[in-house]
Amino acid sequence: MKFLNILLFLIFCAVPTVQAQEADLEESMARGEAVYMDFCVTCHLENGEGVANTFPPLAMSDYLKKNREASIRGVKYGQQGELTVNGVTYNSVMAPMGLDDSEIADVMNYIMNSWGNWSSKLVTTDEVEAISK
Amino acid sequence: MKNSVFLLCSTLVFFYTSCAQDPENQVSDPSSTPFEAELLIDEMQIPWGMTFLPDGSMLVTEKSGEIVHFKNGAKTKVKEVPQVYTRGQGGLLDIEAHPDYANNGWIYISYSSEEGDEKGGNTALMRAKLKDNALVEKQLLYKATPNTTKGQHFGSRIVFDNEGYLFLSIGERGARDENPQDITRDGGKIYRFHDDGKIPQDNPFVSKDGAKTAIYSYGHRNPQGLAKHPETGKIWDNEHGPRGGDEINIIKPGANYGWPVITYGINYSGTPITDKTEMDGMEQPFHYWVPSIAPSGMAFVTSDKYGDWKGSILVGSLKFQYLERLVVEGEKVTDREKLMAEIGRVRDVKEGPDGLIYVAVEGKGVYKLVPKS
Repeated sequence: MKFLNILLFLIFCAVPTVQAQEADLEESMARGEAVYMDFCVTCHLENGEGVANTFPPLAMSDYLKKNREASIRGVKYGQQGELTVNGVTYNSVMAPMGLDDSEIADVMNYIMNSWGNWSSKLVTTDEVEAISK
Repeated sequence: MKNSVFLLCSTLVFFYTSCAQDPENQVSDPSSTPFEAELLIDEMQIPWGMTFLPDGSMLVTEKSGEIVHFKNGAKTKVKEVPQVYTRGQGGLLDIEAHPDYANNGWIYISYSSEEGDEKGGNTALMRAKLKDNALVEKQLLYKATPNTTKGQHFGSRIVFDNEGYLFLSIGERGARDENPQDITRDGGKIYRFHDDGKIPQDNPFVSKDGAKTAIYSYGHRNPQGLAKHPETGKIWDNEHGPRGGDEINIIKPGANYGWPVITYGINYSGTPITDKTEMDGMEQPFHYWVPSIAPSGMAFVTSDKYGDWKGSILVGSLKFQYLERLVVEGEKVTDREKLMAEIGRVRDVKEGPDGLIYVAVEGKGVYKLVPKS
């Protein structure tokens, strides 16, 4: 009985935390969508599909899933040189967009949770700030 | 997930059908070309604009905020360049020497600037002279307002006409419903100045109350190509449409080019912007592209060095990463050729004083098209 009480207590504690995280993610994604529609959509397109052999897709991208830190670094400082996404090698230039760290966190949360992408861990401003060139 | 797959598929279907609808919008691969592309200036990230000086040297901008002076095969970084607002498509953009540079030494530079009280930036035009490898006598000639943190559509091409007027394009800064159709606001316009930045008294809107009197034409989206026609002396532009609807226009004083009231493009999302492609009082493009090639840079071929190219228009494609040649007969584009296929994002193209074509490519540098003998 005592055990059950503790368990119930824990569940009650955990539910708001999970809900809060989901709310954080939703708000961050909403802000991130606005950033995406301003800075990213021209090349990576509305549904993250990219352009064949030119701009890598973000939708269901294995690179994004496996290289969280490098992906954030690419958005923060720009990207140049070869990159393999879903078996296709790209060699193009993405200039740094001049976004601040909170905007990068938001747009990463949007990208990493849209078009079939799913990430279990929220990107925070602190995480972006900690990533150096 | 299912939804996004469906959306992806329908987008692709739309993309390809819209391609097939319009046979005049097909680009052809020439079997042979009258040039070899030689990488003249290497290791550049985003060479945005370039100009030629009388001593045979070149000035090339790097979007991140540098100017490279290329002389006798060596690159030197120019000092004291303007501070740029690095955000989205903004940066250090076009550069153009005065037509009488040999006598007056003026160099014109467009860039995104934070000048002003509001947060963000907007397109600015400066002139300066080059002395001991640094910019001196810098004068801010124009700064569009208000500043905005939006990342897109700075425009920024500079060109002089035969009478010595300077034309500058400024894109609509991501405010398509506020700026392009309103002549009291900056953005979505092509401007005309005297070479010292003064506004010509015969500009079309000088007597209009509240108008930005430097405006020469309006209703533009994001012109990233401006060139002077070698025979008529008129200024032509090319500009990015949304999805589809990139255009070439012949610029006329006081004319309205229609964005976003009329367009051959649609939103990136696939939804329509307007059902109208033409309207009284609005100009039709000389040419439009569906799908978009994302045009940047523009040059008319005036030399006889490349076979029958004389009179053609050259335009860079950012999206499909090639140099496009448009064959013009009379008032019509009769053929489109894909040159330098898969070279990289072509940002700028110019014909040099030597009659040769120079092409600036992102991630590569500046190519010289050496004619095959």
